[in-house]
Amino acid sequence: MDFSYNEEERMMMQMTRDFAEKTVKPLAEETDRHHRFPRETVEKMAELGLMGVTVPPEYEGAGMTNVCYSIAIEELSRHCAATGVIVSVNNSLACEPVKLFGTEEQKKKYLADMASGRKLGCLGLTEANAGSDAGNVSTHAVLDGNEWVINGQKIFITNGNEADYCILIAQTDKSQGHRGLSAFIVDLDNPGFKVGTLEDKLGICGTSTAELVFEDCRIPKENLLGELGKGFKIALITLDGGRIGIASQALGIARAAIEDATAYAKERVQFGKPIASLQAIQWMLADLSTEYDAARLLTHRAAYLKDQKLPYNKEAAMAKLMASELAMKATTKGIQILGGYGYTKDYPLERYFRDAKITEIYEGTSEIMRLVISANILK
Amino acid sequence: MNIVACIKQTFDTEAKIVIDNGQVSDQGVNLIVNPYDEFAVEEAIRLKEKNGGEVVVVSVGGDKTQEALRYCLAMGADRAVLIQDPALDNTDNIGCATALAKLLAGMEYDLVFCGKEAVDDGAAQVPSMLAEKLDLPQVNVITELEVADNQATATREIDGGSEVIEVQLPVMLSAQKGLNEVRYPSLPGIMKAKRKELKVVSLADLELSADDVAAKTELVAAELPPARKAGQVLTGEVEEVVAQLVKLLQDEAKVI
Repeated sequence: MDFSYNEEERMMMQMTRDFAEKTVKPLAEETDRHHRFPRETVEKMAELGLMGVTVPPEYEGAGMTNVCYSIAIEELSRHCAATGVIVSVNNSLACEPVKLFGTEEQKKKYLADMASGRKLGCLGLTEANAGSDAGNVSTHAVLDGNEWVINGQKIFITNGNEADYCILIAQTDKSQGHRGLSAFIVDLDNPGFKVGTLEDKLGICGTSTAELVFEDCRIPKENLLGELGKGFKIALITLDGGRIGIASQALGIARAAIEDATAYAKERVQFGKPIASLQAIQWMLADLSTEYDAARLLTHRAAYLKDQKLPYNKEAAMAKLMASELAMKATTKGIQILGGYGYTKDYPLERYFRDAKITEIYEGTSEIMRLVISANILK
Repeated sequence: MNIVACIKQTFDTEAKIVIDNGQVSDQGVNLIVNPYDEFAVEEAIRLKEKNGGEVVVVSVGGDKTQEALRYCLAMGADRAVLIQDPALDNTDNIGCATALAKLLAGMEYDLVFCGKEAVDDGAAQVPSMLAEKLDLPQVNVITELEVADNQATATREIDGGSEVIEVQLPVMLSAQKGLNEVRYPSLPGIMKAKRKELKVVSLADLELSADDVAAKTELVAAELPPARKAGQVLTGEVEEVVAQLVKLLQDEAKVI
């Protein structure tokens, strides 16, 4: 067993840490306050190759491992969880399904566009009546000659307002239930498509969370992704990979809270000494650091298994469950350590706290994670 | 245009310095490319991108130094050479300059870049020593550079201003902060760096002996700066306090 990072991983860590500190951090507070998509950062990340970390070079990706990917998302999220998830969605939810299930033509066009960062991707799965019950999708696609005609609405779509392409899950045979779902690649520059309501959210305010509206949206027949009727399976496999990204994002948020609270505890003097010398504070930091290491090891194990092409469904669910619940706990305790100051917007702890909550919800709630884990161990 | 950039691997600038047994301990310390050397490597890569040619990045160090060189390869340097030898473990500035000069003597180059100093010992010796040994003109602490028609025009910082120097190639230039903005290695750059040549040479390969690079300076002691004392608060009537302050400034601080 080897717990050390290789040269590639260490370089990734150094580069993304440096980049996040100098480029992402200075914009984090402002983009959160103004609910502004950090377009300029996304352009810089595209130049560095961060929009297609694990995509092979022949499709303009970096061809790196999932462990490297996890490291990058954590480092970005350390300073801005919104930036972290913009990258994670493009990599895990948009590039990955095309990489896994796309035809050569689809990869050359859509995958290369998204991996290079020329275009931004999103995943259109969730609907008003299809959340954790993801199979209950009612958006439908009907073949009309050489075109699919799509009608329906998707909600809560991360990157939805800025995305150029959508990996869309739609009903192609209602009688088959979730076996009647299929996946499509939709170029959103289409007269049959419009962005609907934008959500006003608690956290990750630098990202858009949008309603996608399809009204007689006609796309070429060859934009079916994977086999007809395999849409639900494609969605589930895609989300398995996405969970490594969200676990990494949660790790970044947790680390931010732990590091900031630790620095504050060393400086803050009460009763004539730094509060870091009080056992009440020490134990909080000890517990959080221990759980952070555990969550990180779980996350990197899931990424490693994915790299080895071994099953990782249970492990990714464990990683996301533990990391996201840790993000909530660490930001809650972090604010506690800062006391009244932590509750103000003078410190970023309150932003970390607001950003943390979503990691327990999207790409599978904590309840769904427990369902996935228990289904694996009880089968 | 063939360019050599010399780098040193140093402690991360945020590293906590620990003295153990009279030596600075490198236990658990994050190592980086000396920040001034990064400016040197960046400038070398920019010139190559503009004019074509090759950037070779060179260093003196141990096993860990390979990572610093690999980082420069990821930034866009073409190949790397590491001079590694047990006899260099305890050498000093002149020893490093001697080894680098011997390596460079066997190479073809138009420009040699160094950082103006390393952030660890802050000696700023190697660039000038290297230039002298290679009989190259040198311009140090440069903040601007233009290269055209076999000539370099470099702006260097001097007290209270700057001076512009024109010099024929080949030349040794040492980089100051402000010369450029250092790029991040891209992800494809990191992947390509794995396949680039990183050659390790010994002193014997350079036809040097241990004596040739033996340290000419001796480290007598290493100690941390004394902890800063708490400030003094003077209390009392204004006139008394002023008198006390003046006395302290004269006798203790010795500034008036």
